[in-house]
Amino acid sequence: AAPGGGPGRQRYRTGCCRDRPRCCRGTGPEPVPEPSAPATAALYVHWPYCRKRCSYCSFNTYVVPAVDEAAVRSCLVREAQTLLRLSQVHSVTSVFFGGGTPSLASPRTVAAVLEAVAGVARLAAGAEVTLEANPSSTSTSRLAGFRAAGVNRLSIGVQSLDDTELRLLGREHTAEEARKAVEAARGLFPGRTSIDLLFGLPGQSRDAWAQRLEAALGLCDEHISLYQLTLERGTALAARVRGGALPEPPQDLLADMYHTARTVLVAAGFRHYEVSNFARKGAISTHNLSYWRADQYIGVGPGAHGRFVPRGEGGRSREARVQTLEPVSWMREVQSQGHGTRSQAVLGPLEQLEEVLTLGLRTDEGVTHERWGHFSPQLSLQDVFGTPGEAQALQQQGWLVLDSGGLRCTWAGLAVLDSLLPDLLCQLQRRWGHRRGTEPVAGTRGL
Amino acid sequence: VPEEKIDMSTYPVESIRNFSIIAHVDHGKSTLADRLLEITGTISKTDCNKQVLDKLQVERERGITVKAQTASLFYSHEGINYLLNLIDTPGHVDFSYEVSRSLSACQGVILVVDANEGIQAQTVANFYLAFEAQLSIIPVINKIDLKNADPERVEKQIEKLFDIPTDECIRISAKQGTNVETVLQKVIEKIPPPRCNTADPLKALVFDSTFDHYRGVIANVALFGGEIAKGHKIMSAHTKKRYEVNEVGILTPNEQPTHKLYAGQVGYLIAGMKEVTEAQIGDTLFLYKQPVEPLPGFKSAKPMVFAGMYPVDQTEYNNLKSALERLTLNDSSVTVHRDSSLALGAGWRLGFLGLLHMEVFNQRLEQEYNMSVILTAPTVPYKAILSSAKLIKEHGKDQITIINPAQFPDKLSVSEYLEPTVLGTIVTPHEYIGKIITLCQDRRAVQKDMLYIDENRVMLKYLFPLNEIVVDFYDALKSLSSGYASFDYEDAGYQSADLIKMDILLNGNPVEELATIIHSDKAYAAGKLLCERLKETIPRQLFEIAIQAAIGKKIIARETLKAYRKNVVAKCYGGDITRRMKLLKRQAEGKRLMRKIGNVEVPRDAFIRVLKREPDK
Repeated sequence: AAPGGGPGRQRYRTGCCRDRPRCCRGTGPEPVPEPSAPATAALYVHWPYCRKRCSYCSFNTYVVPAVDEAAVRSCLVREAQTLLRLSQVHSVTSVFFGGGTPSLASPRTVAAVLEAVAGVARLAAGAEVTLEANPSSTSTSRLAGFRAAGVNRLSIGVQSLDDTELRLLGREHTAEEARKAVEAARGLFPGRTSIDLLFGLPGQSRDAWAQRLEAALGLCDEHISLYQLTLERGTALAARVRGGALPEPPQDLLADMYHTARTVLVAAGFRHYEVSNFARKGAISTHNLSYWRADQYIGVGPGAHGRFVPRGEGGRSREARVQTLEPVSWMREVQSQGHGTRSQAVLGPLEQLEEVLTLGLRTDEGVTHERWGHFSPQLSLQDVFGTPGEAQALQQQGWLVLDSGGLRCTWAGLAVLDSLLPDLLCQLQRRWGHRRGTEPVAGTRGL
Repeated sequence: VPEEKIDMSTYPVESIRNFSIIAHVDHGKSTLADRLLEITGTISKTDCNKQVLDKLQVERERGITVKAQTASLFYSHEGINYLLNLIDTPGHVDFSYEVSRSLSACQGVILVVDANEGIQAQTVANFYLAFEAQLSIIPVINKIDLKNADPERVEKQIEKLFDIPTDECIRISAKQGTNVETVLQKVIEKIPPPRCNTADPLKALVFDSTFDHYRGVIANVALFGGEIAKGHKIMSAHTKKRYEVNEVGILTPNEQPTHKLYAGQVGYLIAGMKEVTEAQIGDTLFLYKQPVEPLPGFKSAKPMVFAGMYPVDQTEYNNLKSALERLTLNDSSVTVHRDSSLALGAGWRLGFLGLLHMEVFNQRLEQEYNMSVILTAPTVPYKAILSSAKLIKEHGKDQITIINPAQFPDKLSVSEYLEPTVLGTIVTPHEYIGKIITLCQDRRAVQKDMLYIDENRVMLKYLFPLNEIVVDFYDALKSLSSGYASFDYEDAGYQSADLIKMDILLNGNPVEELATIIHSDKAYAAGKLLCERLKETIPRQLFEIAIQAAIGKKIIARETLKAYRKNVVAKCYGGDITRRMKLLKRQAEGKRLMRKIGNVEVPRDAFIRVLKREPDK
């Protein structure tokens, strides 16, 4: 992926803030003091390399002839240390090695990062440590190595169990290799192996998808992530569809496929706990759940994203941070100053609530009163959405529920969440603008 | 350009010629004007003299002249210094009223015909305008440098249609300058000087006016008697208002002040008029103490197409109002009536000369004033003869003109509906006749005449209901004749018609922008087409949307836009939700700008997109 839209120009450095702790915060009023951020965070670690780029992929990944793994390792370790110190979290709740193809890294690298984490903060015993793995780099011995390094959960990019589809996706593995990889993983990580599946491939029929799903059910452990294929601009697959070489999947078919999947998986005992995620026997991914619950998370590695309060430099507000995208530049920055933070932006209270709402509604529990109250002690969920307006209309139409548990989508509402959110954001912005008291309207920037 | 003011008294009436160039669009009128300006030294000869007289951005972009312009040329011929006043005319059927206005200040015309394309519909229309005004006509065949030029054939067409001997045509290439001098000489020889006298009292015809933000109204005048200078006290025959002249001058083509203007001359005057309406086109100005018999003037431009115009956001009302006021100052052919609607708020009903005129006006609003607006479906001025005593009393008359479908009276209170008609002229290569006749019949047109102007070109005349040609007839004609057929039309009065009002409903709620008055024979087809187009244009929503066309309570067409069944992004990768939040917030912002019809949200531009037909449909 090309480095994002010119981040260089609005480059903020933690370094420049060291002497004048608030110099990057603009000239607006100080954000409203926030309730004490928990001293915990989830940690995301990005391994940016792949052996081959998949036809649908627009992630921040790189195919290079040789990776200087020792250098990357030391940079990941150093940046993890820097950012953990900056956040001053006492305890890391989960670690997720994503990519790219992190299963191409050596277990040593994984171990080194985990050791670094444990050296700066506490990595709770039994904390979820997930590694994304490709079926083409998951021999039993490698997997054993990762387990020894501290990984206790695997997320395997199966994507499809059909060779033709796998070729269309530009995957390096066959369906048979995927099966073997999953079996090997289940042997080593019983109950903690997840598989990723894609649906809505150009030309894929509803029946074909139902068959893939059946096959996946026969193979899977207790967690499945299934993603509708997004034709991202700039990918080879999207170009073929736009050029007319491949058909664009019709909207109604995609809706049918999604509906089929939900129905089949729920019947098989899975809990549909997030838009694209299903788990049974309580095998939900606590790491991903921290994103959806708007917990703190720290992103380490090229292009990684984070959301945390940089208490180490006197920060009191949650920030959105992105690390430098391109691995070589990122490494240079980490080596020279301990981290490669490319941009950091303070999130105002309203912006935080917008994220809480947008992400929380993706889950089956929705946004709980407690979680909302944590971000908005004054203006309750009821104050915002319990009054006449968009949310009530959506409730009456059966898309949404607001009750003692909080605000959440109905079964039907979850499938059309992106049509509900603009209305809900409008209502939130309006209510926030009219909230009682005369607090300065910090955080309404950019509206 | 001389520093000193030109002494216009050195140009007596005998050495003045006032003329226009008339032509079908693209036959080279503006290029010829550029050459004439160069030869006479009015503008310097450079490569960039392209359509000097087309001042507006839209004119250059679209290659059409919208507004008449004037230029005074100085030319010496056989030892005499002549003053040649070129009054340019617009080149599109929508603006033909401007042509007749310009011609009223002239004694002759140069009729330009393309040596390749030959006589076209507008050539015919323009010829008759000049002929009826009893002007001298100098036929010029342009573009003889083109490979496919066939001037001989065009000369024969001119002879056949206009009864002008073939040897009177001048063959030129305006682009290369060939024979352009001859044209100037013919102007001097064949066009008579204006018949008037400086010794007479002042009599000035206002034939155009523009508005300048710093100087107020600039009136273009042709002097039919007397003289005028700064300080003169003048009066308008039309408004009876008195003014003192601040400035007079000639147009070259920019204003160039002179001491005086004399009988027979053409120029401009500034006299403290604050609004263009004070300089009524066709008005006569005279010295306040020496009243004269006013000149006959001429019919003011008659709007053929009406549409509602509303600000996208009501908070923009005042900005749009001032933009409209300024733009109509320079385009007095647009009529403006305040209007309001429950759905669209406060706005206006505007009258335009044609659809192109409407588009040009809208484009100028966007380009020159940065305004974006909601335009309703265009409608023509229908009439109704009322039978209901109550309505007759209400209107104070038994015949009303309907320019807004919302005011369409019910059949029960009307004895007869009338629709405006036009006499259309089509000139086409004969191989397209079949298709064109079918097209005309589809448009409810009645054939009036058919004439071969040479062995493979035909001129057809049809009586059209105006509403049938207003939106897309021209495009359809161009498309089925590969661009070879041309079209022009003139007003032909009203005829009785079986009219009904058709509403478009979204989930049962009427869309005011799309209400149309339509002939009952056309309702089903038009309703079906509109519903289909809307289905493609309106984004899917959380519920099913019934798109219906209705006449009264009767549904005549229906399309169903199915509800969204899935709309949720699959993955927020690695906690990267910044982009996602931006998109959602933009959508939330966009919600406020959506037009809500019942619970259906429609993007503001959807209706206009629906009304604009694609050329191949």
